[in-house]
Amino acid sequence: MSTKPMNTEEIKKELIARMPTKVARKRAKAMTPGAQGGEIPEIQANVRTIPGIITQRGCTYAGCKGVVLGPSRDIVNLTHGPIGCGFYSWLTRRNQTDAGPDGDNFIPYSFSTDMTEHDIVFGGMKKLAAAIQEAYDNFHPKAISVFSTCPVGLIGDDIHAVARQMQEKLGITVFANSCEGYKGVSQSAGHHIANNQIMKHVIGTNDTPVTGKFKVNMLGEYNIGGDAFEIERILEKCGFTLIATFSGNSTVEDFRVAHHADLNTVMCHRSLNYVAEMMETKFGIPWIKVNFIGAEASAKSLRRMAAYFEDQELMDRVEQVIAEEMLEVRKVVDEIRPRTEGKSAMLFVGGSRAHHYQELFGELGMKILGAGYEFAHRDDYEGRHVLPTIKVDADSRNIEELDIEPDPERYKPRKTPEQLEALNAKGLDFKGYEGMMGAMAKDSMVIDDINHYETEKLIEILKPDIFCAGIKEKYIIQKMGVPLKQLHNYDMGGPYAGFNGAINWYHDIDRMVNTKVWQLMKAPWQSTGPELEASYVAQ
Amino acid sequence: MALLRHTTGEIKERKALTVNPAKTCQPVGAMYAALGVKGCFPHSHGSQGCCAYHRSALTRHYKEPVVAGTSSFTEGSSVFGGQSNLIAAIDNIFTLYDPDVIAIHTTCLSETIGDDLLQISQKAKDDGKVPAGKHIVYASTPSYVGTHVTGYANMVKGILKGFVKKTGRPNGKINVIPGFCEPSDMAEMRRLATMLGIDVILAPDTNGVLNGPLTGHYEMYPKAGATPEDIAAMGDAKGTIGLGRWATTDAVNYLDAEFKVPGTVLGLPIGLHATDRYVDALRRLAGVAVPEAVNFERGQVVDVISDYSQYLYGKKVAIAGDPDQVLALVEFCVTLGMIPAYTVSGTAGKYFEERMNELVKDVPYDCKFKNGEHADMYLLHQWIKNDPVDLLIGNTYLKYIARDEDIPLIRHGFPILDRVGHQYFPSVGYSGAMRLLEKFLEALLGRQDRDAPETRFELQM
Ligand code: SF4
Ligand code: SF4
Repeated sequence: MSTKPMNTEEIKKELIARMPTKVARKRAKAMTPGAQGGEIPEIQANVRTIPGIITQRGCTYAGCKGVVLGPSRDIVNLTHGPIGCGFYSWLTRRNQTDAGPDGDNFIPYSFSTDMTEHDIVFGGMKKLAAAIQEAYDNFHPKAISVFSTCPVGLIGDDIHAVARQMQEKLGITVFANSCEGYKGVSQSAGHHIANNQIMKHVIGTNDTPVTGKFKVNMLGEYNIGGDAFEIERILEKCGFTLIATFSGNSTVEDFRVAHHADLNTVMCHRSLNYVAEMMETKFGIPWIKVNFIGAEASAKSLRRMAAYFEDQELMDRVEQVIAEEMLEVRKVVDEIRPRTEGKSAMLFVGGSRAHHYQELFGELGMKILGAGYEFAHRDDYEGRHVLPTIKVDADSRNIEELDIEPDPERYKPRKTPEQLEALNAKGLDFKGYEGMMGAMAKDSMVIDDINHYETEKLIEILKPDIFCAGIKEKYIIQKMGVPLKQLHNYDMGGPYAGFNGAINWYHDIDRMVNTKVWQLMKAPWQSTGPELEASYVAQ
Repeated sequence: MALLRHTTGEIKERKALTVNPAKTCQPVGAMYAALGVKGCFPHSHGSQGCCAYHRSALTRHYKEPVVAGTSSFTEGSSVFGGQSNLIAAIDNIFTLYDPDVIAIHTTCLSETIGDDLLQISQKAKDDGKVPAGKHIVYASTPSYVGTHVTGYANMVKGILKGFVKKTGRPNGKINVIPGFCEPSDMAEMRRLATMLGIDVILAPDTNGVLNGPLTGHYEMYPKAGATPEDIAAMGDAKGTIGLGRWATTDAVNYLDAEFKVPGTVLGLPIGLHATDRYVDALRRLAGVAVPEAVNFERGQVVDVISDYSQYLYGKKVAIAGDPDQVLALVEFCVTLGMIPAYTVSGTAGKYFEERMNELVKDVPYDCKFKNGEHADMYLLHQWIKNDPVDLLIGNTYLKYIARDEDIPLIRHGFPILDRVGHQYFPSVGYSGAMRLLEKFLEALLGRQDRDAPETRFELQM
C-alpha cells in the first residue's frame, strides 16, 4: 500500500497532471471513485482513443473475429485481408475446444485470403470467392464466415454479395461481417457486428425440437482456459439442458436450434446483451444476467436460474449441487485466505471481467483499489437504466442496428406478464444489470480505457499486490515488481469459472501474491548501507 | 484425435486461400527494428487494432514490455486522411513520453489511403511539434506487399535515412546490420566482431532492450540499443556487412549509394559455413587476422559434428519460417548430412529458389520447397502426411503438426510463444551453431531413447 494516503480526487489530479491540456480534460471524464451504495456518477466510456496515447484497446475486427465468432469450432472463419490480421487472431485467445471423436474443429487453423497489392488495386472479390471455394473443397465445413479488414472497406469489396453468391453455389451457410478495424472505437463494435450476423443468418434456422427439461442458452462465454467446460459440468449436474453457448466450443447446429431455449443467461454483458435482447423480441425468450466467476456468484446464479423455472425438484437439486461443491471450495478458501486476506488488487480488463473477478478477490478477502474496462459502454459501469440517456455518436451510428420483430411462427412468450412480474418481485430481475460501479468502494478508482501512463502512475501511487490486465501490460507491470494476472486469456491458467474454477483461482492468486520472486530483484550488495559494512567488520 | 484433423495428404492446388501462414505482416517487423534504437518510441500510423496486435505479438514472443503509439484512425480519418491524427499523436508522444526518436510506420489502412509520411513529418516539424534535438524517422510498411521481414527491412532503411551522415572524416569502423533475428543473435554478432578486435557499429541492436533484467523499476527506454550518434557515424565507416538478404539488402545498398560506404550482403550467420563467411568478411574488411580464440570455437563445433554425425546423417527435416532464417538452417542441415526434405517460407523473393536448388543439389532426396504465396504450414503438413520427417524446425505454431504426427520440434524463428531461450542464447555464430547442435541432438537422441526397445536402450550414445 502507498505510504502517503491519497484520496481519489488527488489521485485523479496526479494522473492527468502531465498530460497536454486537451488530453487531460478528456481523460478526467473517464475517472470517478466507486459509488458503494451511493449515487452513481456518470462516467465517460466508449469514446475514441487519443492518437499517440498508448492504449490497450484492439479493434472491431478483433472483437468480431477474435472474440465472438473465433471460438465457434465448426465454422471456417475466413479473414479477407492482408495476412497479419488473420495471423494474430490465430489461437491467441486460448479458446479451448473439444470436438469429440468425430466432430469438426477448425480452431487450430488460420484462414486468410492473404491479399496482395494486385487485390488492393483491382479489388479482392474474385479472390474471396475463390478462397471460399477452396475452403469448401479442402475442408467441407457446415458454414463459412468472412471478416473484412481495414483495406477491404476502403477498396469497397462487397463481401456480402460474394457470401450470398457462394452460399447459393455451395448450399452451406456463408455469411460476411463488415468489421473493418477502423469502425467504431474498440472491439465492442465488432461484438455487435458479429452478433447481428449470427442473428440474421444462423439463430433459429432449425426447428427440430430439442429434448430436455430446463432448456437454457449461455451467452457471452468463450471458453477461455476451459471456463465453459466447467459451467457445462455444473449445469448438467443440476439438470439444466444447455442448448448453445455463444460461442465457446460452439457449433453452427447449436446456434440454429438456440431459439428452443426457455431462458437466456448472459455472462458477458458487453459482448452479448444485443443477442439476448433480440432473441427476446423475436422468440419470446426472457434473459437474466448471470455470473459464474466466483463460487458464491455461481451459487447465486444457479439459484436464480432454478427460480425462473419454478420447479421444486430443480431447486432442490441445485441446492444439493451447491452444498456438495461448496465443501471443497470452503476447504481451499480456509487454507488460503489467511495468506491473501487484506491484500489488494486492481483490474483493468475487457468489458465484463473487471467486474466479475471482483467476486473472486472478495472470496479471498482482498481489497479492490481500482477497476475499469478496456472497451465497455456506460451501462457496463452505471447499469442498464442509463441506456436511454446514452448519446449515439458518429462512431456507433455506423454499426448496423437490426430491426427485430416477433417471428410470426416462432415467437412464443415463455411466461405471462403476470408470471414475470411475480418472479421479478421475488428478486429475479429480467434484463437487469446494475453495472460495476455501484458495488465498488468509495475510495477506489474507476477508470475507463486506462492508458499506459495512467497505469504506471496508479501503480506508483497505490502499489497493489496484484494487477489484472492483458498481455500488453503484463511485463511492463511486472518490471515494476507487481505480479500481473492476465484476464483476457488467463496466462496459462484456468478454468476460473464455477466451483472448480474458483479453486483454481485461489491457488493461482495465492502463488502470485506470495511467490518469492519479487524479493529476488535486489542482489544483497544492492541494498548495501554503512551498517552492513559495520556488521561485516564485527563478524 | 488429431488437432489438425482436417489436414490430409491430398494436395489440391490453391490460388486464393492461405491456411496457417508461414509469415505475418510488415509493421510487426518495423516495430521490432525501431526498438533496436536507443530512446526510440515506435508509432503505428493506422487504426489501433494493428498496433495492439503487433505489440501483443512482440510481447508474447519476448516476454518483455513493448509499448507503441497508434494514430487511432476511425472512419473519418479513413476517408479524409490521417494527417491531423498523426500530428496530434506526435505532439502527445513527445509531451507525455519524451522519447529521443519517434519511429513511424504505416499500416494497410494508411497505405491504402495514401498518407505521405515524409510530408506529414515535415509538417509536424514546421508546426513546432518536434522539440529541438528530437527526431522522427519513418518507413512505409504496407502489408499487402511483403511480410514482417520486409517491414523490418523497410524500417532499418528508414532509421538509416533518418540519421546517417557523412562528415568526410573516416572513423575506421565497420557497420554490421543484423537481419530479423533475436537480441541474443545481435549480441553474438557483436561479440564475434569484438573477438576479432574490430570496432563495429551494430544497428539496429535489440540486445538489452528485449531481454532486459527484472529490477522493480520499469524503463520505457532501456539503456541499450543503437544510439542515433552511432547510427549517424555509419556514413563514415569503412564498410558495411548486412546479415540477411531479405532484411538488410536495401539498407546496405542505401549506405553504398548515398555515402559510398561499400557493402556486402551475406546470409544470417547460422551454422558453420555461414559463420565462416561472416568472419571472413569481417577480417577482410578490417584487414585483421582471425585470432586463435575464434578458430578454437569453430573447431569445437566441428568436433561435435564429428562425434555425433551418426545421429544426424540422413535424418529428414521439415523447416518453416523467414527466408533468411530458413536458408541458413537448410545449409546447416546439409552440412550435418541431414536432409532438408520440406521447406516453406511465406516471404516471396526469387533468390530463395536459386539458393535452395544450389543447397540441395547433392542431397539424396527429392527435396520439396516453396516460398511466397500459399507456401504455408498447411502445405508443409500435407507434404509430411505423404512422407514423414524426423524433425521439425520452425515457430511455435508447428507444435500442432509435431503432436499430430509425433515428430520432435525445435522452436526457431518468430513467434515462439511457449518456450524461453531465444532471447538469451544465440543461434548465430559458432556458439549459436553449438546451441543448435545441442538442440538437434537432444531432439533426435531423446526420441531414440524414448522409442528404443529394451534390448537396444543404450547408456552411451
Ligand atoms: S491491417 Fe495490415 S498492418 Fe494491420 S494487422 Fe492487418 S495486415 Fe497487419
Ligand atoms: S469480458 Fe470483455 S474481453 Fe471478455 S468477451 Fe466480454 S467484452 Fe470481451
